[in-house]
Amino acid sequence: MPLKVTTCGAVCAVLLVAACGSGASAGNPAKAGGSGQPKPGGRLTAALSSAPDCLDPQQAGSSTTITVTRQLVDSLTDQDPATGEIVPWLAESWKAESGARRFTFTLKDGVTFSDGTPLDAQAVKDNFDHLVKLGARAVQASTYLSGYRRSVAVDARTVRVEFDHPNAPFLYGTSTTSLGIVGKATLAKPAADRCASGVVGSGPFVLDHYTPNQEVVERRRDGYAWGSALAPHKGAAYLDQVVFQVVPEESVRVGRLRSGQADVVSLLQPQAAPQLRQEGLALETRSPAGLVYSLNVNVSRPLTADPAVRRAIQKAVDRRQIVTTLYGSVYRPATSVLAGSTPGYTDLGADLAADPAGAGRLLDGAGWKTGADGVRVKDGRRLSLVLRWFSTYAATQSALELVQQQLKVVGVDVVLKQTPVSQALQAFKDGDYDLILGDAPSADPDILRRYYTARGLNAVRLPGGPLQTALDGQAAESDTGKRAAQVAAAQTLLVRDAYAIPLFEGSVIVGVGARAHGVRFDSAARLQFHDAWVS
Amino acid sequence: MTRRDMARYLARRLAQAALVLWAAFTLSFIVLYLLPGDPIEIMTGGGASGDAVDPAQIAALRHEYGFDRPLAVQYLDRLAAALHGDFGRSVTSGVPVLGLIRTGLPATLTLTGLAVALAVPAGAGLALLATYTRTPRLRRLLLSLPSLGVALPTFWVGLVLLQVVSFRLRLLPSAGDAGPAAQVLPAVTLAVPAAAALAQVLARGLDNVLRDPYVETAHAKGAGRLRVHLRHVAPNAVIPALTLLGLVIGELMTNAVVVETVFSRDGLGRITATAVGAEDIPVVQGVVVVSAVVIVLVNLLVDLAYPLLDPRIVLGGRAS
Repeated sequence: MPLKVTTCGAVCAVLLVAACGSGASAGNPAKAGGSGQPKPGGRLTAALSSAPDCLDPQQAGSSTTITVTRQLVDSLTDQDPATGEIVPWLAESWKAESGARRFTFTLKDGVTFSDGTPLDAQAVKDNFDHLVKLGARAVQASTYLSGYRRSVAVDARTVRVEFDHPNAPFLYGTSTTSLGIVGKATLAKPAADRCASGVVGSGPFVLDHYTPNQEVVERRRDGYAWGSALAPHKGAAYLDQVVFQVVPEESVRVGRLRSGQADVVSLLQPQAAPQLRQEGLALETRSPAGLVYSLNVNVSRPLTADPAVRRAIQKAVDRRQIVTTLYGSVYRPATSVLAGSTPGYTDLGADLAADPAGAGRLLDGAGWKTGADGVRVKDGRRLSLVLRWFSTYAATQSALELVQQQLKVVGVDVVLKQTPVSQALQAFKDGDYDLILGDAPSADPDILRRYYTARGLNAVRLPGGPLQTALDGQAAESDTGKRAAQVAAAQTLLVRDAYAIPLFEGSVIVGVGARAHGVRFDSAARLQFHDAWVS
Repeated sequence: MTRRDMARYLARRLAQAALVLWAAFTLSFIVLYLLPGDPIEIMTGGGASGDAVDPAQIAALRHEYGFDRPLAVQYLDRLAAALHGDFGRSVTSGVPVLGLIRTGLPATLTLTGLAVALAVPAGAGLALLATYTRTPRLRRLLLSLPSLGVALPTFWVGLVLLQVVSFRLRLLPSAGDAGPAAQVLPAVTLAVPAAAALAQVLARGLDNVLRDPYVETAHAKGAGRLRVHLRHVAPNAVIPALTLLGLVIGELMTNAVVVETVFSRDGLGRITATAVGAEDIPVVQGVVVVSAVVIVLVNLLVDLAYPLLDPRIVLGGRAS
């Protein structure tokens, strides 16, 4: 039944927006970057699409939870969404040694948790030691701490983190909420309790209360003075309160923004964007870094084992057509398996240009002859591929159908098969698909290794070889330039050998009301309210 | 009916209720276990993000929650705990299930209560007016309204009300937490199909009774049309509608899933929707049992009300 609601959401929103479009002029164009002098005080209301399932940033990975807890918990470092560079936050400096096996952080002086206890080297060590024990409860954190040996509190402000094997992505991990630093009182609690009652952090806001499924209210922490290097101001937040409302229906979120009942609303569909802009509502769009929406190719299957078939698919897909017809040009055609904002991204747009004629020639050359029903045949075998996609990608279904049509033109039949997300692990294990849809936001290129490595779920059934070497190589390289070269090599192999068919870069669309200023976005386009104020 | 008969009747009903609750508990357990995947896989992301979670760590979590024990042991364990009023903790949020239900139940009960309070007079009024009027066109119009009300999808009604009343006219808030004013739109949305169903059944009942000979007798004795309609016809036509009311309350709790989602309210419906999506077995079972208790109670009250309306009805089906 909730599914039905959501399905209507998109349709009804479009209908209703069309119906009451011209008259409404609730919002004025406002810049999220802020205009005028920040004004302290007031309360900002943000409408989120789902309830935070767990109020502990170290355990939960949902976008909503991260947004809600980001305001409560600081991290050792921050990441500049424009450059991907890691910059100081709780740590004022750090160095990586012995081939990304040892990281030493120097902490800022005088930082305290909201319960008054000091955030010192011992606190950081305790956090990492505890995180490792959380295991599968903290999936994200576990990947960043892969190979963790121990932490040493050298002195009150210096902490050294040691790994058994090189772990270059760890530094990026320290900028995420997954490795956000929580107080001793929180660490002492059982994991399930932390989810329910929230955590003690050192952030610019503290939790006021949480009404499940309805709202999370946070209030300013006075005396905060250690904003990240990215924050225009370091001191206490301007807002008295931030209220996160849980509003599952997109059309209702839009309505709240229009009528001024909400100041910031998240996760709008690209189809609605042009209309909302026309009404004068300010929209912020951000492409999250990480893996773009791609069809990953299972090379262990007889048909897709043929490189000619894979390369033909790569050429037959018209990415521009997908974004212009379906996503109002808010999304962008993929130019690599990585989104443009990911550090180490390489532009392979030339390899990903639509070329159906070229695709046909490739298939002809490989001996695939067009059969009576328009589908190519070779040695009595039809070129018919199974494309599996998880139920969580419902919003992408029309794009898959368009790809299906585009491939049909060159004589490749595609059968779309939807799989409940609860069966995802099983689907990867069984591997009974030729193509599988996936995307994975992450602001570190190591996401390539996590997704494609032969030692993981191995969606593409990578046999090892140069791609695996490049994937492992980048994770062991602490020199930024050398690491980028490995990342570039991996992207090139994935695209040219067509292990992955990148489709498009998604976008997070956030509506910002006229009252709201100074809302910042992190690299995954999630909201930060430390500098926000209302007029 | 003597007091002893009454006691015997109630005892039998309570035994039936216990059976219903046990069946609800058992069925929800079976269905949730038949679903593919398990709550731990869903909790750890199910691999959809491409991250391989260490199988040993997943096994450890499964062990912690007891999902690795034989099914029969898990079932009996849960049943024994449930008999002591303990449904365990939510797998996703770690909150005790009863605490979760205690926060959601009042909101849903208030909402359904308001919806019934709106639906009964609206449905009854519509049915009475439709059967009373002598203008055929008005009668046809009034009688077609209930079918429309039943046919309109609840989420659509809710969205339209929100767009028009809250966002365009700005008469009422759309938020779930803005006090009594925020209750109006969801209650109206929920009341529409309920009122329509009641009106349909009541109108048909009234039509049937109007053809009974005693109505003519009443007219012949000189009673006014309105008086005959309200005093003589309505009480005899109300029994099927009352039976329906018991069912409608169950349906209202189902529709609450949709209404609470559209209106961004907390409540049993939202808790259910979230828990089913995450295959959060303890929560779903808790909600199912609590909902069953509510529905059993409502139907018992409805049955107890029959003799008050029609003295010919004897509880327990036997004349005393």
